[in-house]
Amino acid sequence: MRALIAAIAVAAAAPALADSLLPPAHYANTQLADPRQEREAKALMETIRCLVCQGQAVADSDAEMAGDMRALIRRRIEAGERPEEIRAWLISRYGPWVSYTPPLEPATWLLWAAPVLLIAAGLWLARGRFRHRRKG
Amino acid sequence: MKRIVLWVPLFAFAVFLAVVASGLYAPADRNIESQLIGQPVPEFDLPPALTGRPGLSSAALRGGDPHLINIFASWCLPCRVEAPQLAELSRRGIPVDGIAVRDRAEDLSGFLASYGDPFRSIGADNDRRVQLTLGSAGVPETFVVDGRGVIRHQHIGAITPQDMVAIIAAYEAAR
Repeated sequence: MRALIAAIAVAAAAPALADSLLPPAHYANTQLADPRQEREAKALMETIRCLVCQGQAVADSDAEMAGDMRALIRRRIEAGERPEEIRAWLISRYGPWVSYTPPLEPATWLLWAAPVLLIAAGLWLARGRFRHRRKG
Repeated sequence: MKRIVLWVPLFAFAVFLAVVASGLYAPADRNIESQLIGQPVPEFDLPPALTGRPGLSSAALRGGDPHLINIFASWCLPCRVEAPQLAELSRRGIPVDGIAVRDRAEDLSGFLASYGDPFRSIGADNDRRVQLTLGSAGVPETFVVDGRGVIRHQHIGAITPQDMVAIIAAYEAAR
């Protein structure tokens, strides 16, 4: 019983967020009327990082800032902008950090090469094991 | 050879511990700097947040004088902390232009009545459109824009008394 009351209290407590008193932007939580456009907007939102809760994409975050960024993305998609143009616009303001799809550039070569390198290292390790077993 | 290999997992664990410990003792800088420093301020035109006081537009930033633009909000607690510093800047003859983020006129009037009102103009950025256009990631932030409308400096977070020298220097350098 006590656990139930505690659970209800936790669920009902308003988190101490530094948010304004204005309602969320219109397009923060409202889908675009055109399903094709909404699909494009959603795909972009899933790869744009929220500026406040920095581990989350704007599609997943409940922060007011993320809502405003979703609204910005939906507004621009509705106006006919391509998703990659909007991504470039955000990168020109916040740097490549804001995008979850890292570009291929010298700083990220290791990142992109990592899967190949790890598989190569794994094969090298496994090769030793197989040879060992055949001998035994 | 085999003896050395036995130590490899322990060594790897020690490296892992060192990485975690260094992250704990010196957390990464989570501030996101605007990429627009050194670039012309993007076009914007904000309506006045309060009647009787002008709003703020990018056109006004190219008039030949430098501008100190404070992005703030009545609902933002650190903005209360920096209010005395903004008042001091205004007293020293540095006009402060404001961008009020997601604010209501009545809340804004109350905030200015309680914490001081150094603002020459206040633009209302109710959907954060201009804040995102400027590459600002939160409140409060302060930009210094030179007389040709080029962004010269960004201060992230509240302006503390220790920050005053740097802010004034950035403003003077933008003349």
